[in-house]
Amino acid sequence: MTEKFRLKGLGCAACAAKMEDAICKLDGVKSATVNFMTAKLTIEGEDEKMPAIIQEAERIIKKLEPDVVMKKA
Amino acid sequence: MKNRIYRIVLAAAVWLAGIIGNSIIKIMPDWMSFLLYLTSYVIIGRDIFLKAVRNIKNGNVFDENFLMSIAAIGAFIIGEYAEGAAVMLFYQTGEFFQDYAVDKSRKSIADLMDIRPEFANVKAGSELIEKDPEDVMPGDIILIKAGERVPLDGRVLEGSSLLDTSSLTGESVPREVQPGSEILSGCINLTGTLTVEVTREYGESTVSRILDLVENATDKKSGSERFITRFARYYTPVVVIIAVFLALIPPLVIKGAAFSDWFYRSLSFLVVACPCALVISVPLSFFGGIGGASSRGVLVKGGNYLEALAQVDGIVFDKTGTLTKGVFKIQDIQPTQHQGRTKEEILELSAYAEHFSNHPISLSLKEEYGREIDASRISEMEELPGHGVRAVVDGKVILAGNDKLMAENNIYYPPADAAGTLVYVAVDGEYAGFIRIDDEIKEDSYKAIKDLKKVGIRKAVMLTGDRKSAAEKVSRELGLDQVFAELLPDGKLEKLEELLKESPPKSRLAFAGDGINDAPALTRADVGIAMGGLGSDAAIEAADIVLMTDEPSKIATAVRIAKKTLRIAWQNIYLAISIKVLVLLLSAFGITSLWAAIFADVGVTIIAVLNSLRALYVKNL
Repeated sequence: MTEKFRLKGLGCAACAAKMEDAICKLDGVKSATVNFMTAKLTIEGEDEKMPAIIQEAERIIKKLEPDVVMKKA
Repeated sequence: MKNRIYRIVLAAAVWLAGIIGNSIIKIMPDWMSFLLYLTSYVIIGRDIFLKAVRNIKNGNVFDENFLMSIAAIGAFIIGEYAEGAAVMLFYQTGEFFQDYAVDKSRKSIADLMDIRPEFANVKAGSELIEKDPEDVMPGDIILIKAGERVPLDGRVLEGSSLLDTSSLTGESVPREVQPGSEILSGCINLTGTLTVEVTREYGESTVSRILDLVENATDKKSGSERFITRFARYYTPVVVIIAVFLALIPPLVIKGAAFSDWFYRSLSFLVVACPCALVISVPLSFFGGIGGASSRGVLVKGGNYLEALAQVDGIVFDKTGTLTKGVFKIQDIQPTQHQGRTKEEILELSAYAEHFSNHPISLSLKEEYGREIDASRISEMEELPGHGVRAVVDGKVILAGNDKLMAENNIYYPPADAAGTLVYVAVDGEYAGFIRIDDEIKEDSYKAIKDLKKVGIRKAVMLTGDRKSAAEKVSRELGLDQVFAELLPDGKLEKLEELLKESPPKSRLAFAGDGINDAPALTRADVGIAMGGLGSDAAIEAADIVLMTDEPSKIATAVRIAKKTLRIAWQNIYLAISIKVLVLLLSAFGITSLWAAIFADVGVTIIAVLNSLRALYVKNL
């Protein structure tokens, strides 16, 4: 399944690229994109692992840019 | 935003006071200018320093805040106060510009895409209820007053008006609509009141499909974008490590080398190590290019497709509906003497035979016939792709189609040599006559081919199921390079495959069609371009680029936009990397100061960002 999130306050393009890299490497993720310009995160992953993926993704984002608020789109 | 400007201005003023007082007119004692620089640093650099500390706690070392903080503090330690404060001051100024530019281009694209309808006036008996477009169902009747935006796709029942379609198609001439016209959501009703039957729910309406497409377009990253993020991933750590060596090794190895001297040089490295100018300027260019393209009625589904389009050197066109109007007009009906049927009878029979077919030729036959078709007279109907139709009408077997259909059914017919498409009609196994139908070349096609040649398209090819003579006539008139005629529907895909194999390794081949029956070719080509694409869902799904109008010259516009965008992106990449490398080299040898490093970071960021914004302006392309 695919889930989309808004990343409010995303301000650094290099961080966005790092987020994308790290989220792509999570277990169960088929693909993930962080779109810096539209400030959107799209994750495609295995259904049953999705809750864990989303939690991990949020942790990664907070680590790289603590001011970003992740909201389901 | 305002707050940030005040802080920058304040810090700059304090900093300038220090510079002028101490270094230019030299009346200020050193301790006083030191205090001024320190104040400036605290005003502007405090939050960056705090962020750096927080990020280190999170195990996130090589980030910009950290690099800048270290560089600034390092400069203070070795007594370069003015430069230390300047690092922060200019870094913040650069960040400010960058955020401003990102904001501006996000906004201008939101404006371009400001086609979301707010409400729909739904008729319920004699009343009008204002509803959210999402709550309106197909079949509902809505009223659209002058000045309002068309909220959902539909068909006009009553009223006539002019529609401004510019936000969808980039076309400035308003379109006339009357009862029976299909109208698309997102247009603006200019003059009269329209009563409209809704044909698609909001989620499937043109407006939401366009918004979806453009919103998601930048998810698909271009090669240059991937290159730059990969580059940045190694660039920053490498430069930081060199900086550390530069500060430590030479003072130990070289006799008489002063630590402070080499430490100063390594600070330049830290400043130049920031990757953001690089990373941001490329997606910003593509975002601008895609946004600019949509303002011209060209929807691009991803940065990667824009990139591919810039490299296209051959375009394969489907003929009907792409280069020609796709509106067939009956030019001539010739019954055989032998059977003695009238022209009207031939037309009637063929219109009945083709009743269930949606082929453009069938549609034109039915239109020419012009009367209601009594479907009970048709007992059988079979469509034979690439040949024609076979039907049983009033108990008689009717064959209507091309020469192949006649030949396969062993029907003797006198081959006619006339321009256009010929529909031979046979009744109960006997030839009855032919109908000559011709399609017209679009005015715009001439311009399209000329423009495409100008933008560097080497080869323009046309594929068609039409007869060779008709196809060659069109090809000659338009000045195409190659034409393949008499292809069956799946033959087009095969030909495309062949052309793809023949084309040189690094070049790209685009396919342009109107989306009817050519979804597989749209998918297969390096770049699939659907024309006037809002008609067909399959085409939008399959295509990489959707032209909102049916003008093929928009392809040349799209190529120009793509080339401009790519040029800007690579200019930024070359500019940023070469200046950074140059400054790194010069500062390693101690030739430049920290000032050059600040320019290599902030100056380059600002130049690259401003350059990226150019991608949005495509009005004259």
